[in-house]
Amino acid sequence: MIGKLEAIAKKIRIETLKSLTAAKSGHTGGSLGLADVFTVLYFHQMRHNPSMPDWENRDRLILSIGHVAPVLYSSLALSGYFPIDELQSLRKLNSRLQGHPGRNHGLPGLELSAGSLGQGLSVAVGMALAAKHKNQQHNIYCITGDGELQEGSIWEAAMSAGHFHLDNLITLIDRNGVQIDGSTEDVMALEPLDKKWEAFGWDVFHCDGNNIADLIKTYNKAIKKKGKPKVIIAKTIMGKGVSEIEGNYKWHGKAPNKKELEVFLKYLS
Amino acid sequence: MQNRGKISTKVGFGKGLKNAAYSNENLIVLGSDITTSVGVNIFVEKFPDRFYSLGIAEQNTVGVAAGMALSGLIPVFSTYAVFSSMRTLDQIRISLCYNNLNVIIGGAHAGISVGPDGATHQALEDIAALRALPNITIISACDATQTEIATMKAISEINGPVYIRFGREPIPDFTSKNQKFEIGKAQIILNGGDVAIIATGSLVWESITAANYLEKKGIKARVLNIHTIKPLDIESIIKAANECGALVTAEEHQITGGLGSAVAEVVVKNNPIPIEMVGMPDCFGESGEANELMEKYKMNSNAIVDAVIKVIERKKL
Ligand SMILES: [Mg+2]
Repeated sequence: MIGKLEAIAKKIRIETLKSLTAAKSGHTGGSLGLADVFTVLYFHQMRHNPSMPDWENRDRLILSIGHVAPVLYSSLALSGYFPIDELQSLRKLNSRLQGHPGRNHGLPGLELSAGSLGQGLSVAVGMALAAKHKNQQHNIYCITGDGELQEGSIWEAAMSAGHFHLDNLITLIDRNGVQIDGSTEDVMALEPLDKKWEAFGWDVFHCDGNNIADLIKTYNKAIKKKGKPKVIIAKTIMGKGVSEIEGNYKWHGKAPNKKELEVFLKYLS
Repeated sequence: MQNRGKISTKVGFGKGLKNAAYSNENLIVLGSDITTSVGVNIFVEKFPDRFYSLGIAEQNTVGVAAGMALSGLIPVFSTYAVFSSMRTLDQIRISLCYNNLNVIIGGAHAGISVGPDGATHQALEDIAALRALPNITIISACDATQTEIATMKAISEINGPVYIRFGREPIPDFTSKNQKFEIGKAQIILNGGDVAIIATGSLVWESITAANYLEKKGIKARVLNIHTIKPLDIESIIKAANECGALVTAEEHQITGGLGSAVAEVVVKNNPIPIEMVGMPDCFGESGEANELMEKYKMNSNAIVDAVIKVIERKKL
């Protein structure tokens, strides 16, 4: 199973890179770093049905960091929500694949228009609270960045999730340690991150966000625990899979050109 | 038009919510600590299981409302208008408007008439801030009865985010309990032809008072109640401009970006006639009693009469 999922993660990386090159702009580093997380969520963890995107009992993925849209789009396309060819329309005029996700363009499988940091977790809390209110059994998965945690509204959301004991909410922090101006700890220190979330009433888990087996194990552990919202602090490497990009925050907001794409695809295969 | 006595429009909002809740089980109220002072306590007492307290955290509350709306509920987020419209502006823009979600935002204690609390709590920019956002509906009804009817209508016909603005100070309650109320369609209260007074919220009654005074001076005014700022009833405004040849706008809000600006945008494109604007003149308010502030900052019937006389002079030129 792990081998199969690793092959999917590679496909997601390849499609993500190809779409970014076609778009000529976009966020490469974060998108590649999250490919393993998206693989586990869309191809193992979440209950969802690409032929029924509006199925009421589906698990929901709320992507708070809208700028990694390319990895979300690749995952949705490879899941079967829309044709893989459509990934080439990323960021282009009249496309359903907006630079940051926009539901008004009608892309199936997209749960939220997002792109302004710090808002997604609140929406996920609202969905989790609504599911409790309606006695529904599905889970809400949220993905936040680490630099994003500097937004104050994140902590308002964290406080409310703890207050309502939303154990149907599992948030994953993309802990790649970097943001546009450099290391998160230099720009505005986040540590000790686990103690902060614990203090807000969350169960905290750590894992290697680029290790499929570890992600599966950690999500399993998190799902089983009841009574509190869960946060997974997932250590990831920005640009994972392409050594030239790995850990290099200059690739945060840049797309590979055609030549670079050729080289990168060779690394991946 | 008969004044049945003074009632705060926030009472209308609370009653409207409570009435709508009987027929709509998806209606949920989110609290921001001040449930009693923003009128939603009437709902909470009746439907405690449909109320969630989110504390003093307005940005999160808007996001939570978005998540609930995406799950098929109709959440109501109501707090003082200064916070519900402006502290949360980015959340309203992206999480509510861009996603185009069915959420009711209550703008309580709107306007300068909140009085002694002073400038921090006097929402005079909320319409301007929200009017620029696509997909939003903005309602500013003229009395408690109309606010109640508008709130019920907004919930039963909801199709995207709705901002409902209301005040704390009791004002004359005069509109009919059986009135025909259509979102986006101005109410013509008086049908004179010398000048049109286009008003919203608490200044509609002041406009009627002004019109009655002006009639004795031989000036017949039309009074339009713009209870929906967005979408604006462009047709009625152009008709008033064409038939009256001069307009006065009146609002308890900054002139900059408010109803006056919205009306001017329509008029200059169609029939550029003289307009005078009654409203807050690009400054902050201060502490004082409601009537003292409305007099000092020229947002009452006296100010409307002065504006009418001035605009009719300009019309003659
Ligand atoms: Mg980061």
